[in-house]
Amino acid sequence: MGSMLQTFLSRPSDAVRRTGPMDHIVFSSRVRLARNIQGFSFPDRAKKPERVRCLDTIRGAVESLPAMLDGFSSPMDALSASDKQLLVERHLISREHAAKSGGSGLVVDRLESLSVMINEEDHLRMQSLRPGLQLREAWQAVDEVDTALESKLPFAFSQDLGYLTACPTNVGTGIRVSAMLHLPGLVLAELVNPIIQSVNKLGLAVRGLYGEGTEALGNIFQVSNQMTLGESEIEIVERLSKVVNQMIEHERNARQKLLEERPKVLFNHIGRAFGILSNAHSISSKEAMNLLSLVRLAHDLSMFPAVPRALLDELFLITQPAHLQRSHTGKLGADERDILRADLLREQLREVPRPVTPRLTPPAAGANRGAGES
Amino acid sequence: MICSVCQKNEAKVHVTQIVDDKMQKVDLCEECSKAKGVTDPKGFSLADLLLGLGASQEAETRSVAKPGDMTCPGCGLTQSEFKKSVRFGCPQCYTAFGEGLPGMLKTMHKGLRHVGKVPTALRPRRDPADLLKALNRRLEKAVESENFEEAAQLRDAIRALKQSAAPAS
Repeated sequence: MGSMLQTFLSRPSDAVRRTGPMDHIVFSSRVRLARNIQGFSFPDRAKKPERVRCLDTIRGAVESLPAMLDGFSSPMDALSASDKQLLVERHLISREHAAKSGGSGLVVDRLESLSVMINEEDHLRMQSLRPGLQLREAWQAVDEVDTALESKLPFAFSQDLGYLTACPTNVGTGIRVSAMLHLPGLVLAELVNPIIQSVNKLGLAVRGLYGEGTEALGNIFQVSNQMTLGESEIEIVERLSKVVNQMIEHERNARQKLLEERPKVLFNHIGRAFGILSNAHSISSKEAMNLLSLVRLAHDLSMFPAVPRALLDELFLITQPAHLQRSHTGKLGADERDILRADLLREQLREVPRPVTPRLTPPAAGANRGAGES
Repeated sequence: MICSVCQKNEAKVHVTQIVDDKMQKVDLCEECSKAKGVTDPKGFSLADLLLGLGASQEAETRSVAKPGDMTCPGCGLTQSEFKKSVRFGCPQCYTAFGEGLPGMLKTMHKGLRHVGKVPTALRPRRDPADLLKALNRRLEKAVESENFEEAAQLRDAIRALKQSAAPAS
């Protein structure tokens, strides 16, 4: 059954073992560069034969990079719809790229930390993906790939405007630096919107799990730069790192405050989330993600001492549509998927004991704060 | 200040418009401001004006394009197509639609000039004369400190540089 891609990709249980700094709040760091080749129209403008010629040129050059040794390379029309969705769920391609077919392609390195989308909106969209907060490392990795490619491919570059891109919002450095943050504390404390607004004021964008125009499922938010002209790559990376560190600090404070001031509200959310996940017989991907987010928060608060966090991260991944489909032969309908997802969650959480409620801070004067909802 | 449309006459009309919270400014001479209908605040958008700079002159020389619709010689993208999608068709579009570009980029970015990585092949080379001076200084130092290995390498480098510069002069 498994396609070439499925054999190539690491198993979810291995994929979630990759760890990085601050990875309890920062799921991953990513840096993407947009590049185009002189003498070719941009992918959306080019006719198919031109796109195919361009794809062949670029794919050859990318495959020959030492970093891509033993990597995976394929034109997009050779991948099935579920393969493409699987790549989206692993954050190796954008949803826009998953919609491409003839004349577009993909090259991924053996470690699944570098991916090059060919003929997405630009001729090349190369990205480096790292677990936890590693924006500088991600920039260095993609910078090296870019430098190695510039001797093989004539990039469209102007001394005034920098790297020329299909959309003028990417011109200049063509860089997008982003971090994926898990912010359940800020969401529960209803502080996430003001924080998003102040981040926006700094010229940074906050989006949902799969980027542009997507919902913040599972309390996961993507923070990224918007401006690409007039500021160097390093400046952008440093600025974003600073903002992400501040957001981590806010999330920590929000969690602490919830524990101190509204512990019952917090434990109620967590207990119910665990109850549904471990007992449901049908559950949508959206509900599963939102509840798993709370269970992961509980894990961060030491409420699941016996459970390795990798298990929870794995559940995040394998309950998503294409991953669910992957462990199953035959095409599943949405209803069947919801049942299968619930079966899988019940099975995986069967041995997991109920969350341990931390002892509330010793009752000081005017105790029972937070418990007094009723 | 010179008119940003005709680039000839002195600008007398200064327009500022706020579109989506971004401020756009343009300076026009009297003639151009009348021609562009700037005096009538209702039927006028600064964005159109900025993107359309030079469009009228261009249209006269191109029989294919509709009046006011500029076309990129590289990929045939028209200005109205660009306005619809806000996507360029090829790298050459940046030159073809270059006149209206700064006004638009200003609303999107921090600056108007690229700062950051430049492909190695396009980096400005150092003046060979400067390089030669620097190498000679290092050679003197190496000799002073009796670092003969480095001195020999530097001497070779200087010789190579002189040879490569010689045919040009």
